[in-house]
Amino acid sequence: MLFGPSVGHKKPLIFKIPHLAEFLVFVYALWISTYAMFFVTFFLQPNLIMASYTLKINSKTYTVEADPKMPLLWAIRDLAGLTGTKYGCGIAQCGACTVHMGGQPVRSCSIPVSVAAGKDLTTIEGLSADNTHPVQQAWIKEQVPQCGYCQSGQIMAATALLKKTPNPTDKDIDTAMQGHICRCGTYPRIRKAIKTASQIMNQKASAK
Amino acid sequence: METKNLTRRNFIKLSSLTGAALTIGFYFPTGAKAAEVMKSETADNLGIDLNAWISIDTNGKVTITNHRAEMGQGSFQSVPQIIAEELEVDLNDVRIVFAQGNNAKYGSQITGGSSTVRGTYKKLLHLSATAREMLIEAAAKKWNVPASECYAENGHVIHKPSGKKFNYGELVADASKLTPPTSVPLKDPKDYKVLRKPIPRQDTPLKVNGTATFGMDKKLPGMLYAVVERNPRFQGKLKGFDDTETKKVPGVKHVIPVKMSVFNTFREGVAVVADSIWSAMQGRKVLKVEWDDSGFEHFSTEQLYARMNDDLKTKDGLSFRTKGNFAAALEKADKKLEATYETPYESHSCMEPVNCTAHYQGDKLEIWGPIQGPDWVQDLLSPLMDLPKEKIIVNMTFLGGGFGRKAFMDYPHEAAVISKAVNAPVQVVWTREDDTTQGPFRPGMVYQCSGGLKDGRISAYKAKLAGQNMDHQWPGAQKDSYNGSTTEGFLEPYFESIPHYSFSDLPLDVPIPVMWWRSVYASTNGFAFESFMDELAVQAGKDPLDFRRQHLGEERYQTLINRLEEVSGWKNRKKNEGYGVSITECFSSIVGEVVKVSKKADGKVKVDKVWAVMDCGWYVNPDIIRAQVEGSIVMAIGAATVHATHFNDGKAVEQNFNTYKMPRITDTPEIEVHVVDNEEKAGGVGEPGLPPLSAALTNAIFDLTGKRIRKLPFNLEEV
Repeated sequence: MLFGPSVGHKKPLIFKIPHLAEFLVFVYALWISTYAMFFVTFFLQPNLIMASYTLKINSKTYTVEADPKMPLLWAIRDLAGLTGTKYGCGIAQCGACTVHMGGQPVRSCSIPVSVAAGKDLTTIEGLSADNTHPVQQAWIKEQVPQCGYCQSGQIMAATALLKKTPNPTDKDIDTAMQGHICRCGTYPRIRKAIKTASQIMNQKASAK
Repeated sequence: METKNLTRRNFIKLSSLTGAALTIGFYFPTGAKAAEVMKSETADNLGIDLNAWISIDTNGKVTITNHRAEMGQGSFQSVPQIIAEELEVDLNDVRIVFAQGNNAKYGSQITGGSSTVRGTYKKLLHLSATAREMLIEAAAKKWNVPASECYAENGHVIHKPSGKKFNYGELVADASKLTPPTSVPLKDPKDYKVLRKPIPRQDTPLKVNGTATFGMDKKLPGMLYAVVERNPRFQGKLKGFDDTETKKVPGVKHVIPVKMSVFNTFREGVAVVADSIWSAMQGRKVLKVEWDDSGFEHFSTEQLYARMNDDLKTKDGLSFRTKGNFAAALEKADKKLEATYETPYESHSCMEPVNCTAHYQGDKLEIWGPIQGPDWVQDLLSPLMDLPKEKIIVNMTFLGGGFGRKAFMDYPHEAAVISKAVNAPVQVVWTREDDTTQGPFRPGMVYQCSGGLKDGRISAYKAKLAGQNMDHQWPGAQKDSYNGSTTEGFLEPYFESIPHYSFSDLPLDVPIPVMWWRSVYASTNGFAFESFMDELAVQAGKDPLDFRRQHLGEERYQTLINRLEEVSGWKNRKKNEGYGVSITECFSSIVGEVVKVSKKADGKVKVDKVWAVMDCGWYVNPDIIRAQVEGSIVMAIGAATVHATHFNDGKAVEQNFNTYKMPRITDTPEIEVHVVDNEEKAGGVGEPGLPPLSAALTNAIFDLTGKRIRKLPFNLEEV
C-alpha cells in the first residue's frame, strides 16, 4: 500500500474497573520502590557505602561494586555495560528505563541496586539479539522507531503486557503504555505493532 | 552497525587492503558554483581532501556516507535510498556510515530546516549516476562492446545482447582509471525502483534490540562522567562554591568551575567529575554554590507577555513584507476583525537528554555526541579552544531526538572545557531537570492580527508579531533588524490574492536563550495565521475550506484542498461533530490538516481523528513521510494542549515530566496521512506537518462549541 493512509486507533474511554488489578499492581510496585528509596536515603546517608551485589541480567551473572542506593538503571548501563536501557527522567515518569524484574515491568531508575540484587532481570538485550522476538519483529514490521531512544522501554512494556494479556484491546494497550513517553510521537504505530505482535505470538502458539 | 568514520585516507587504506576501490565524491572548487565529481585518486594527486559519498570495493561492497545527523527523521535511510536508485544497488547490500564534521567536504551538515533531502537530492542523484556510468563504461571496455549495449542492475553491469555480466567489484579497478563523465542520464521518476517506495528503515533493527549507539552510550577507556550545576538564571555568574562534602563522595575526582558559550554570553556553573554518573550526581547534590545574580532582570512569564502585549498596542513593528495600503483598504472594508493570539515558551525535551563526550588531547580535540551540526561545532570551538578546525574531530552518534536543540553548540563546548581541565575523556550528562530548565527554548510569541473583508473576500490583512528574535542573540547582531521568518507558515498564494497586507514584528529583548524548535517560527505563526483565517471565514459567512479555496488560486493548492476535503469527509460531517481545517507552508512543503472533535458522555471535548495531506514535491520514502507527519501531529498536540515553560524570578519553572507534561498514547487520536504525488521540487518532511495542527484543532473546537481559543496551551478538559 504505497500511498494509502496510515491509520491509528480510537482514543480510549476513561479508566474503568477491569483495569483495577493492573492499577493496584502499579501502585504496589511504585510503593515498594518509593519505600526502598526512602529507606536507603534516610538510613544510609550521608556518605556512599560501597557494597558488592550479584545481578542476574538476561540469565547472566554480574558482580558489581556499588552504592546500595545507586539506581538499577546505572548499574545496568555503567557497571554491567548494557546500554540498551535508557535514562529519560530519573523519576519514573517516562518509562525509557523499563526492564523486567521477576517478570514484571519496573522503572530501573527508581529501583535501588540493593533491591534488585539476586532477582531475575531482563533488559532489551535479553529479548533477543537477532530480533526474533515477536515484539521486535512487530516493531520492525510496523516501522515504529524514529529516533528510537524510548523504544527499549516501550518494547519491554509491550512484552510484559502481551505476556499477561495475549490479545489486548485498544484500552488495554493505552492503559499499559500510558506511562511511556515518546517525543517523536510514534504512539499510533506502537498501538498497531502491539496488535501485530499479538498476532505473531498467536500464530506461533497455534503452529506448535 | 559500524559507524566508523570514513575519511579519504581510510578509503585509501581500505582500497590497499582489497586491491582497489572506486571512491567518488564531490569537490567544491573555490569560487565555483557547481561541484565537480571527482575520484579519490584524482583528489589525492591534487592534494584535495575529497568528500567520499560512495565507495565500492573489489568485492562489490558499497559504502555510502550519510553526511547528516539521524535524529529520528530518517536521513540514515533517505540519503542511501537516493544513492541506491541511480547507482543500481540493493539497499540491503550497502553499508551506511556517518560522516564526521567537515563542511569543506560535504557542504553544510547542519541537520535543520528540513533540509537533508531537499538540499542535496539533485547532487546525490547526479553523483550516483556518475558512478554507475563509469562502471558501465569499464564493463563495455572489458567486453569491447559499445556502452549503449550495457546496463546496470542490482550491483552488476549486464551486456544486453549476450547476457554476460560483471559485478561491480570486478569493475572498480578499471572504473577507477576512468575520468568521470560530465553529464549523465538521470532516471524518469516513473522508472524508480527504490525511490518513492516505503522501504523499511536500515536503522530500525538496531533500535529494537538496544544496539543503536546514542550519545550517552559512548564509552571510552578511562572516561570520566560529569554533571554540572549551572546558574538557573541565564545571565548569572558564579560567585563561589564549597565542595567539602562533594569531595567526600566516593568516586568524585574533580570539582571545577566551568563556563560554556551561549550565544553572546557564557553560562556559568560548577562541574562535578566522577568515575560514574551516579557518583557525579551524588556529589552535585551536596555541592554548595553561591551565585551572583546582580545586574540583570529577574523576569516572570506575566511580565514578558505584558511587555509583548504592550508593545503590540503602542509600537509599530519592523516591517517585513507589505503590499498596497492596509489602512486605506481596511477603511473601505465591509467587515473588520481584530484578534490577538498567544503561544508559550517550550522546551525541546528530546527523550535523550543533552549530553556530550569530549577528549581534549593538547593538539587535538575529539567529540562524540548527539549532534545536529558537526561542522557548526567545529566552527564555534576552533577559536574558543584555540585549535584549528581540522584538529577538532566531531563524530555524530544516533540522536535520541533533536528538534533543533541539538543544533546548538553549548554542550559540546562545555564537554571540551571540562575534558581539557581534567585532562581525560569526559562524558557530560545533563539530567532531565537540566535539559528542561536550561534552554534554549522555543520563544513565546504574541500575534496581533487584523483584517477587512470586501464582497466576501479578504481586502486587507495585517499581522504583527511580538517575541524574541533568535538572530538577535548572536554577538554583534543588529537588534533593529526585522525577523526574516515573520511570514513563515503563511501560504504563498495569499500574497497574490490579498490586495493589501502588512507583516511586521516587534522583537522582545530579554536574556532567555531561545532556539529553533521543530518547524521554528512556523510552529507558532501557523496557529495565529490559520486561526485568524478561520475567524475571517466565519465573518464572511463562508465554509472555512471554501474560503481558503477562494483565496488560493494555484492548481497545486487547489489539489491539496480537494484531497483534504475528500479524505476527511468534510462535506459529509455529521451533527455533533466539529471539523477544523488549517493549511500551512514551510521549508518548501505544504501541509493541510483537518481535525475532527466531538463531545464525550461527560460533555468534555475529545479529539477523534486527524487527517493530513502532505505535499512535499519530489520525495524519497512515503512511509517515512507518514511517520514524520504522525509524529509532528503528536508533538503539536502536546504544545497545544499539554505543556509550556513558564518563568519566575528569572528561572524556568517546569523541571521534569511531572510538571512539563508530555503528550502520551492516551492523548493521541487516530491519524491518517496522505502524500501528494507530483514532480514539484523536493520540500522538507521532518517539520512541515507540525504548524497546521493547533489551529485545525481550535478551529474544530469552535465549530463544535462556538468557543474560540486564542491562547496556547489550553486544557482540553476545560473547554
